[in-house]
Amino acid sequence: MEEQAKLPDLTEAERKALEELMPDEMSEIITSGIKRRHFLKLFAVTGASLLAAHLLGIEQLMARSAPIEQQAPVFIENGINISFKVNGSPQHLMVDSRMTLLDTLRERLNLTGSKKGCDHGQCGACTVIVDDRRVLSCLTLAATCEDKKVTTIEGLATGNELHPMQASFIKHDGFQCGYCTPGQICSAVALMDEAKNGEASYVTANVRNKNKSIKLSDEEIRERMSGNICRCGAYPNIVDAIREVHGDKAVAQVWQFADGTI
Amino acid sequence: MRPFKYSTAPDPATAIGLVSANPTAKYLGGGTNLVDLMKEDVMRPAELVDVSRLKYAKIEKKGSGVSIGATATNAFTANDDLIRENYPLLAMAILAGASAQIRNMATNGGNLNQRTRCSYFYDVNMPCNKREPGTGCGALHGVNKNHAIFGWSEKCVATYPSDMAVALAALNAVVQVEGVNNTKRSIPFADFHRLPGDHPELDNNLKQGEFITSIDLPANKFAEKSYYLKIRERSSYAFALVSVAAALVTDGNKIKEVRIALGGVAHKPWRASVAEQWLIGKHATEANFKAAAAAELKNAQPLQHNKYKVALAAKAIIRALEGAMQGGAYGTMEADSTSKN
Ligand SMILES: Cc1cc2nc3c(=O)[nH]c(=O)nc-3n(C[C@H](O)[C@H](O)[C@H](O)COP(=O)(O)OP(=O)(O)OC[C@H]3O[C@@H](n4cnc5c(N)ncnc54)[C@H](O)[C@@H]3O)c2cc1C
Ligand code: SF4
Ligand code: FES
Ligand code: FES
Repeated sequence: MEEQAKLPDLTEAERKALEELMPDEMSEIITSGIKRRHFLKLFAVTGASLLAAHLLGIEQLMARSAPIEQQAPVFIENGINISFKVNGSPQHLMVDSRMTLLDTLRERLNLTGSKKGCDHGQCGACTVIVDDRRVLSCLTLAATCEDKKVTTIEGLATGNELHPMQASFIKHDGFQCGYCTPGQICSAVALMDEAKNGEASYVTANVRNKNKSIKLSDEEIRERMSGNICRCGAYPNIVDAIREVHGDKAVAQVWQFADGTI
Repeated sequence: MRPFKYSTAPDPATAIGLVSANPTAKYLGGGTNLVDLMKEDVMRPAELVDVSRLKYAKIEKKGSGVSIGATATNAFTANDDLIRENYPLLAMAILAGASAQIRNMATNGGNLNQRTRCSYFYDVNMPCNKREPGTGCGALHGVNKNHAIFGWSEKCVATYPSDMAVALAALNAVVQVEGVNNTKRSIPFADFHRLPGDHPELDNNLKQGEFITSIDLPANKFAEKSYYLKIRERSSYAFALVSVAAALVTDGNKIKEVRIALGGVAHKPWRASVAEQWLIGKHATEANFKAAAAAELKNAQPLQHNKYKVALAAKAIIRALEGAMQGGAYGTMEADSTSKN
């Protein structure tokens, strides 16, 4: 996004307030004006309630950044500063200690791909990949993510090129309403690594066999994906999609358009 | 969720100091149980001390056995080579629990401290002596289909839900604990969890602030013949109705050593010691397994809605012992059992 510089036209009180909150950025603001990212950071380090108290003076400037105002939390208790990476980009936020990673992604970082199905660990719709492992973002406190690397469904594609798992879900029609899909795909992507590491599951014939790069049967795929519930019941197609990415052979597509093309 | 103070402790001593000093403080492992219960307002800690980054995540040889760190994740533990090779029963039990995502988050220490899934416990509008001592037990004369058939009291009929712990009970694990001022103690697994008695609010014998550092597994000869069988309402991602950890050492077909622990039947993992005693020195035959299971279940005290668990547990013991005899091979086991039952 093009950053539009706004000329610094601050009162002494405003300047002091900014300086207190963003000492590192202050000289930049003085020389090249306030940019959108400064606002973002300002929101991140303070939260709206603090801003209201500290920065009434620069209300004018804030108002002009209306679109991001919605993302600011209304009230933070027991605030924790966290720095972590989301889909490759560093994020610095202050969060309420109660805030989950899921709510942080959706409400603070505008990454609404990860879904809230149950909010209690029972459905997998909120699955994201943290430090290369699939986890449930609804039971992960954001405060625990300091220094971690988070990948969400938004971070899987490379530019316009879909991740092979995304492409395969489309090819095999691995969804109906799509609500569980971001979680299914993140889960399946991490599963590919688990299989490469030779990790076992409850249906692994013999856990004492520690072969690497195991070939997953359909039963294995189903067991390992059981943490992702699909209310539309797209399971057979989800298994097909995963099998295609996991195996080296193309798996036949079972649907076609009404005119017979695929 | 109620507000709470969050901190990460730089070292175990600090963590132990913080939680010991504040009766409303709790350790935070993976959060998969605690955060859920806090969202439900069942647990209301005013302070969380995150121990998930403390350096207790190693799995290593200790004497002739193996020590597993309390902050290692369930997934890491189940996939550790030492565990898969020497304690396949533990790997299987862990892998039978929850989902891949949850096992990636859950720590071993947190797993042992997870709370019951009794639905009255989860619903703050219901009476529950475990959640709020003195309010009565909603399940005793309520819907108790998922509840205990062994060792319950009038005060509480809940079951303890961990799969991992059932294997640890069978393996005679020892829980290593540290308290304030560097006080350490070792708790044999059988004494770690407790029966409800008059104090169902206490799930286990840890004192406020005591921190589990590791779980030690003594050496054994069970790796060849062990099996974890879990029976549930759907084939994955569900808690056990009944589960069985079974392990054997045989001489020819004669049973030299046997361990059987049951999950889903009591307030703690239930060692089927009657069945174990019955089997020592006998031949590993289906008839003997059946008689041993019957001897154990004779002492069951089912509630109104869970009589099915008595028959289920008896069959599960037989199947688990057969599974163990077949070397814990999952595929053969399943094929066999469907034809038999
Ligand atoms: C949907 C769902 C399905 C599940 N299914 C199963 C299942 O089928 N089988 C099964 O066995 N489990 C199942 N679980 C439970 C899961 O295994 C536990 O929630 C998990 O093991 C808890 O570990 P944790 O690290 O996340 O604990 P936390 O939630 O972080 O903590 C739990 C408790 O342990 C205490 N604690 C943590 N670490 C220590 C320590 N080192 N010393 C002392 N106290 C400590 C905490 O203070 C807290 O009281 C399921 C959970 C969910 C949400
Ligand atoms: S069984 Fe135990 S946990 Fe359930 S309602 Fe009764 S006292 Fe509470
Ligand atoms: S929203 Fe996280 S598991 Fe359902
Ligand atoms: S596609 Fe609708 S829930 Fe899975």
